[in-house]
Formats: sequence, structure tokens, C-alpha cells
Amino acid sequence: MKKAKFAIAAVGLIAFSGIAAPAQAATLQDVQAAGVLRCGINTGLAGFAFTDDAGNWIGFDAAYCKALAAAVLGDPSKVAYVNLSGANRFPALASGEIDVLSRNTTWTFSRDVDLGFTFVGVSYYDGQGFIARKSLGISSVVELNGASICIQTGTTTELNLADYFRSNGISYEPVPIEDNEEARVAYVAGRCDAYTADASALAATKTTLEDPDAHMVFPQIISKEPLGPLVRQGDDQWADIARWTLNVLKNAEEYGVTRGNVAALARGTNNPEINRMLGSEGSLGAMLGLNADWAVKVIAAVGNYGEIFEEFLGPNTPLELQRGVNALYKDGGLQYAPPMR
Amino acid sequence: MTGKPRHGPSLGRLWTDERVRGAIFQFLTVLGLIAFVWFLVANTSDNMAQIGMKAGFGFLGDQAFFDINQKLIDYTSTDTYGRALMVGLLNTLLVSVLGIVAATLLGFLMGVLRLSHNWLVARLATVYVETIRNIPLLLQVVFWWTLLTELPRVQESKSIAGLVFLNNRGVRMPAPVMEPGMGIVVVAFLAGIVAAFFVTRWATRRRMETGQPFPSIWVNLGLVVGAPVALFLLLGQPLHWDVPVLGTFNFSGGFRVTPELVALWWALTVYTGAFIAETVRGGILAVSKGQTEAAQALGLSRGATMRKIVLPQALRVIVPPLTSQYLNLTKNSSLAVAIGYQDLVSVGGTILNQSGHSIEIVGIWLAVYLSLSVGTSAFMNWYNHRVRLVER
Repeated sequence: MKKAKFAIAAVGLIAFSGIAAPAQAATLQDVQAAGVLRCGINTGLAGFAFTDDAGNWIGFDAAYCKALAAAVLGDPSKVAYVNLSGANRFPALASGEIDVLSRNTTWTFSRDVDLGFTFVGVSYYDGQGFIARKSLGISSVVELNGASICIQTGTTTELNLADYFRSNGISYEPVPIEDNEEARVAYVAGRCDAYTADASALAATKTTLEDPDAHMVFPQIISKEPLGPLVRQGDDQWADIARWTLNVLKNAEEYGVTRGNVAALARGTNNPEINRMLGSEGSLGAMLGLNADWAVKVIAAVGNYGEIFEEFLGPNTPLELQRGVNALYKDGGLQYAPPMR
Repeated sequence: MTGKPRHGPSLGRLWTDERVRGAIFQFLTVLGLIAFVWFLVANTSDNMAQIGMKAGFGFLGDQAFFDINQKLIDYTSTDTYGRALMVGLLNTLLVSVLGIVAATLLGFLMGVLRLSHNWLVARLATVYVETIRNIPLLLQVVFWWTLLTELPRVQESKSIAGLVFLNNRGVRMPAPVMEPGMGIVVVAFLAGIVAAFFVTRWATRRRMETGQPFPSIWVNLGLVVGAPVALFLLLGQPLHWDVPVLGTFNFSGGFRVTPELVALWWALTVYTGAFIAETVRGGILAVSKGQTEAAQALGLSRGATMRKIVLPQALRVIVPPLTSQYLNLTKNSSLAVAIGYQDLVSVGGTILNQSGHSIEIVGIWLAVYLSLSVGTSAFMNWYNHRVRLVER
């Protein structure tokens, strides 16, 4: 219902919005004129987008919204969070209701090319996994032959699931559910034997179950799910800003720039890479149409990539996720940002 | 209306002519409407072009790559978006038709009961109508679905004679499997029904004309039941039952009804039934009391009075509002999305999301629900015409 209403609203928006269509306008000027960044995030997913005790949205995905707001507006608090389900996130971005989508969204060919979006990078390398009760006594996904499996509709998960079971010649009953919370309820009630989603989301969901130890996330990963923020296609300046904000977070970790030392380092160091990034040398900020200290604001607001990961996903959080492939390339991971030059 | 203008037509005179003025206003309204629609279409295609969206229905031929759990026609994830939509449409039609039949029965029963002279029965019917009508349908759909997921799990299924199994994934029962030759039996059965219809008509006419009774019940029983059963035995019982068997996770085999279908169907039935009950009560009250009194004076029982005198007359009042209830039920079936029943809106939403063709999908939704509604209205108007009071 939510989905249908939303889609109709989105179509209505496209039909009625003025000649100054959202994509055509320079998003940077719009955001700065509005004084607020409209950022699409999950409706609630532990670690990625959730509320703290005071009701503020925080998390791995929300931190990117704050970073971008700090870069563009100089203030990480100037974010209007728009909570979106898997199905309504794309209409929201296409119709201009949000400026950027940071909602554990998989970068795929058709989304990048056919839907008319631009993915600005990978913030989290994920893969599709399964969670099931240990009492079922199975250890592999292939043993789920004939099982009922809960999925979130409108996700790549739904497609991977169909592909995987078809290619392995096994059958299943799909139980399509609108969002993560409802899927959890259906799984707990035993409507489905297993629940499939991105492994990170499963780790998040597992922490919210009554007896987390009675459930297991299967070691098998059946797909590549590179998650990252995305913007509308056609506004290259805005896409550049979004891309390099993400790169700043990763480069900052590589160069050892942290939330704690960024103010000191911004005054100048003997490392020209750091100086160029933080604006004491060169004019990278101006090239993006931003202030020279844009990257300083970003790091001061949310910390570097490693700090964000530790704060919301790492071993000291309920999710207990390891860096794994999300470690920097020099630590054996895949996270690698182009140089700031 | 005033007289004709005495002088030749002039602009001022035209304006004071009520008929001309009316025509001008109508013309301007139509013009404005056309301009508005044109603006919408042009603006939409402009904006779509600017954000790089391509319009067109060609994508319906692309492969869907997702699965659907309840399908009335063959479908696999390698079939097209178009076929997936067809599966969704059939699921919408299934729950709507089942809902309309059940809601009509429940509504008529409750409407009549509300006027019952039995205090308890009448009050119970009132409580049903007033409670159900005042709770949002979405809550009721979710309520019934949640209730069904609280049924025993698969491994602890309630079993009836080891044939029918009830659990929180629905009901599974033996399914008939036809073997060669069963087709003949089915044809014989259908032919028997047709023959019985004509026999009854002939017998009634003969009785009207000659007064001679004809044992049509026995003849019809022979035609509808006897002949097919004899044929069935003669052909060596060409039918067996596919009994559900419990596997590791689920039952396999047999025929299955999902809890999503049951929850949606029941919620729609109960909700719409309450509205139909009120319509029926109103229709019955609209029949003049003299009719009831006359029927009782003739010695008809209360039941017969209701069936033969009151209801046929009430029907004329009931049918038009009943039509809107049927339309409501069909449209409300789109709440299926909330519980994961894969109807037209649910499947369309998935396609919309996977393919990004939101304008086209929303267009298809609108067109389909409009046609369903217009179709239902046309049928009900025809029926209304049929049951209207024949004036002599």
C-alpha cells in the first residue's frame, strides 16, 4: 500500500513539477539555497540507519548524509532524513524528493544505466546471505530445498534468490515482505524457514531477535552486493561532490586523519596529500564549487571511514562486523580511493 | 428563457442569452480541461526526458527474474514482466471473486438477522456491523494475517485424518489428479447439469398445462450423479488423490491455500459484508409494511414472506448500492501488498522497482482497475434492469 501510494505520488510529482525539472537544476545551488540536504535513508536498520536515545537518526548510512551536509553546507546537522523502503527509494530520487540516496543500495548495471542514476562509489562491500534457526540442523544454503524464504520486495535480493535456486535446480516458496521489520516478524513467527538479505543487514537483524544464539547466518554468500550512495544522473558537479566526499572519508583513514587530529593537521603538515585534501595547499575545494576547508568539515563531523565503521558496525557494536573486504587496500581489503590531486 | 432577440445578433445580446452563455461556458470548460490534460502530458514527457526516463511498454517483454508464490497459470522467474503482471491480475481477480461471493452471502444473512425478532440475534448482528464498519480495513487485513501466522508451525501441523493439514503456512489438502478418461466423466457431469435444467423446465411446463407431476428430482439425480458415477466406475476410476507429504521444511504435493489469500479474502469478506448488511437492511425496510401484512394474511410463514415477497422487492433497492460495494471490494483487494499477497499492485510494484518504468506501471494499474470497475458496473446494471419492477 505504502509502495503503491508512493509510486502514484512520485508519478504525480513528475507530472506536476514545474518546467525547472529537478535533474536539470544544479543540485548544489538548490541545496545551498534551501540550507538543508535531503538525504534518503532506510526506514530502520540497526547499524546503518537507526535512532539514538534522543530520536536522532544515526548509523553508517546516516553518517554519509552528515558528511555530505558538512561538505556542502558546512554543518552536519543540516540534514532532512527521508525514510524510504526498498521499493520507494528510486521514485523518491528520480522525482527529486531527495538530493542523495544513502540507503544500503546495491550498485548494479541496470540501476546505473537504465534507471538514470549515478553511483558515486562503494561504501560497503556486501553479499547476500541467509539466516535460519540452528534447530533446522542444516549448514548450507543448498539444503534449503523446498523451504519458505522471506525476502524484501524490490531488492536485488529477490532477483538473486530466484537466480540461485533456479541455477541449483532446487525449489522454494518466496514470501515477499515490504520492509526489514515486517520480514523479521514473519521470520520469528515461523512463516518462513529462512530470511535472506545482505549479510550486513542479517547481522543487524540477528541482534534484534529474542534469542540471537538460536539463529545462524550461513557462511555462504550468494551474490556481490556493493552498497553505496547514489544521485540522479545528469548533474556531474553534484555527482563529483558526492563521490569525493566518500573518497575523503577513505583517504582520511589512509593518511591517518581522524576526527581528533583534523583541526591540527588542517593548519599544514609536511605531507602534501593531506595538505591538498584539507585545503592548506592547492584549491581542490574551489574546483568542486565548495569552500577550501570542506574536507576538514567532513572529517570533523563524522571522522574517517574507519572511525565510522568502528562506531556503527565494528566489533564493539552489537553487529560485531569485521572489516574483512571493507578494510583499506593496504590492509588487504578492497577500499581504495583515488588520490586527491 | 426569454424571447428571441428583436435586432440582429450582437456580442452584448449573445451574452445576455442564457442558452448561448451556457454554451460558451461549456466550451470554455472543455477547452480548459483539454489544455490541462495537454499540459500534464507534455510536462510529464518533458520532465521524463530530462531525467533520462524512457516511456513505452516494450519492457513488458523483458524477463522478470523474480518468483511469485501463488500462480494460477504457469510462471517461472524466466518468464516476462507481462506474464508476471498477468499472474498478479489473476490473483487480484481470484480474491475479488471469492470475496464478492462470500461478502454477499454474509451481508444478506447479517442484514436479515439484524431485523430479526430474536433480540439476541438482532443485537449480535448489530454489534458485528457497527464494529467492523468502524475499523480501518488495513488493520483488519493485518489482524487476520497475524492471527493466521500464530497457527501451529509446519512440524506441528494440525492434521485432519492425515489428509488435510493446517499450519501457519496455510492449509494443504489432497488434490485430485485426473488420469486419461476422467475428462469424459467431467463432460458427462456437465452434460447432466444441462440436461437436468431442460428436464426441470419441461416438467414444470407440463405440470402447468396438464397438472401431471413428473418425478424430476429422481431423473435429475440420475442424470447429474448416477450417469457420471457409473461412467467413472466403468472406466476403472481414472482419478487418484495427491496427498500432501511433510518434507524437511514444507509439505509437498496436494493443493495449498496460503494464509495471505485466506487473510485477505476473509478481511474483505467481513468488512464488505458489514456494508452489504446495512444495504440489505435498508432495502428490506424500504418495502412497504403492507406487503408483509398481506403475505401473512395469506398464511405465508415468516421465512416464506421474506424469501418470496420482501427480498425480491428489496432487491431493486439493494442492487445499485451493492454494485459500489463490489467495486470497493475489488479496489480494496490492493491492500494485499501489506501482507505479501502477490496481486496486481504487489507484482506491479516489484516490476516498477526492478525496471524503473513507474509511469507505465501506474498507467496499467489505473487502466486495469478502471476496466474491472466498469465491467462490474455494466454487469450489475444489466442485473438491476432484470430485477426491476415490471410494470403492467
